[in-house]
Amino acid sequence: MAEANVVLLDFWPSSYGMRVKIALAEKGITYECKQEDFQAKSSLLLETNPVHKMIPVLIHNGKPICESLNIVQYIDEAWNHKPSLLPSDLYKRSQARFWGDYIDKNVYNSVKRVWTGKGKEQEEHNKQFIECLKTLEDELANKPYFGGEDFGYVDVALVPFTSWFYTVETFGKLSIEEECPKLVAWAKRCMQKDSVATSLPHPHKIYAFALQYKQRHGLE
Amino acid sequence: MENEDVKLFNFWVSPFGKRVEWALKLKDVKYDYVEEDIFNKSNLLLQLNPVHKKVPVLVYSCVQLPPPFAVPNIVHAHKPIAESLIIVEYIDETWKHYPLLPRHPHHKAHARFWATTVEQKLGKAGWVAMSRSGEEQEKALKEANDIIEKIEEEIKGKKYFGGENIGYLDVALGWIAYLVPVWEEVGSMKMIEPLKFPGITSWMTNFLSHPVIKDTLPPRDKMLLYYHNRRNNSQNLHKV
Repeated sequence: MAEANVVLLDFWPSSYGMRVKIALAEKGITYECKQEDFQAKSSLLLETNPVHKMIPVLIHNGKPICESLNIVQYIDEAWNHKPSLLPSDLYKRSQARFWGDYIDKNVYNSVKRVWTGKGKEQEEHNKQFIECLKTLEDELANKPYFGGEDFGYVDVALVPFTSWFYTVETFGKLSIEEECPKLVAWAKRCMQKDSVATSLPHPHKIYAFALQYKQRHGLE
Repeated sequence: MENEDVKLFNFWVSPFGKRVEWALKLKDVKYDYVEEDIFNKSNLLLQLNPVHKKVPVLVYSCVQLPPPFAVPNIVHAHKPIAESLIIVEYIDETWKHYPLLPRHPHHKAHARFWATTVEQKLGKAGWVAMSRSGEEQEKALKEANDIIEKIEEEIKGKKYFGGENIGYLDVALGWIAYLVPVWEEVGSMKMIEPLKFPGITSWMTNFLSHPVIKDTLPPRDKMLLYYHNRRNNSQNLHKV
């Protein structure tokens, strides 16, 4: 379905931006993607997200929507053809939102602490990161996707962070597959979907970005 | 035919739990209230919310009884839900009368955005302004002012954030109406000046005098004592 008026303000290494791309791809929505430079934010970004001044921002028919999971829910509701991202069962829907919220509160920070950390704190950061993944792995249990048989909201919320796994493992000197094999298997399963494969950058590209970031901020 | 059982596990002063109470009362849903001491959490709470171990938790049990002459099919679903705004959305979707969220996806997204943004920014800044002093308090007051200005723009010209009726955003931000004045007294500071923020000030009066809301507030003197203690503990923790 061609949409003339869907614009995404993005920054390519952002896991939050990737969530929106996956959701748009799942629904078959075409859109214009504009890359933002954090050193020089565009006037469009500052106008459409004056409170946080952050990507992603989805602009649909001139109206902005901010905050990635808010955008994903909006996409699911505004284009309510299949596939549905949120479950139709109301309790399962509340649980999907719960886990989306958990991922928002815990994953980004724990990922960042591992790849920017050093010295004595590294071990603690690694431990917290793995604990966070194990909580999610317990929730996944033996299901193919977090929502059950079908790829959905929680998978969209989490899978972008897997493009950062190589970076985390390299800087943190840990093996995610050893600690959380089911989660890694789930990630590979998700990558077989076009919507995910076309929305996630190659992990080595993310690593190169992270390396540059650390050099620029004196974090080596 | 169904038998519903709704239980809310909460701590009396929690503004998060208050949101859930408001949503249930606005929709006239009967529920049992179970008080939890957050400083001495019950095993039941830890079982119901093992991830965060916090209140509020809503537990909804639904026993579906078969119609006469049908094959027996008793379904008993014991469903705990945590995180106040997620609980409020669940309540809104399950009990459809008196809708809280707007229908249009864009207005829904707008309401959700403001609910979480204000909680993140004003919740944090307000707490610091209440519990700290000096430079820390001043910095927090400045941050609080920035977000309060944005809330003032949002409420301009409206009786409630939901329009003519209380909606999702009123329920999500209602804590401001009764808790900010308490925090202001405890912290000896002012966050919402009536002359500077006439829209919010009006909304606070409208919200607190709504027939469903007005009798739900915790006693003011009890709240003052509670937050004075929290402030003292916070100050002691930060003493060198």
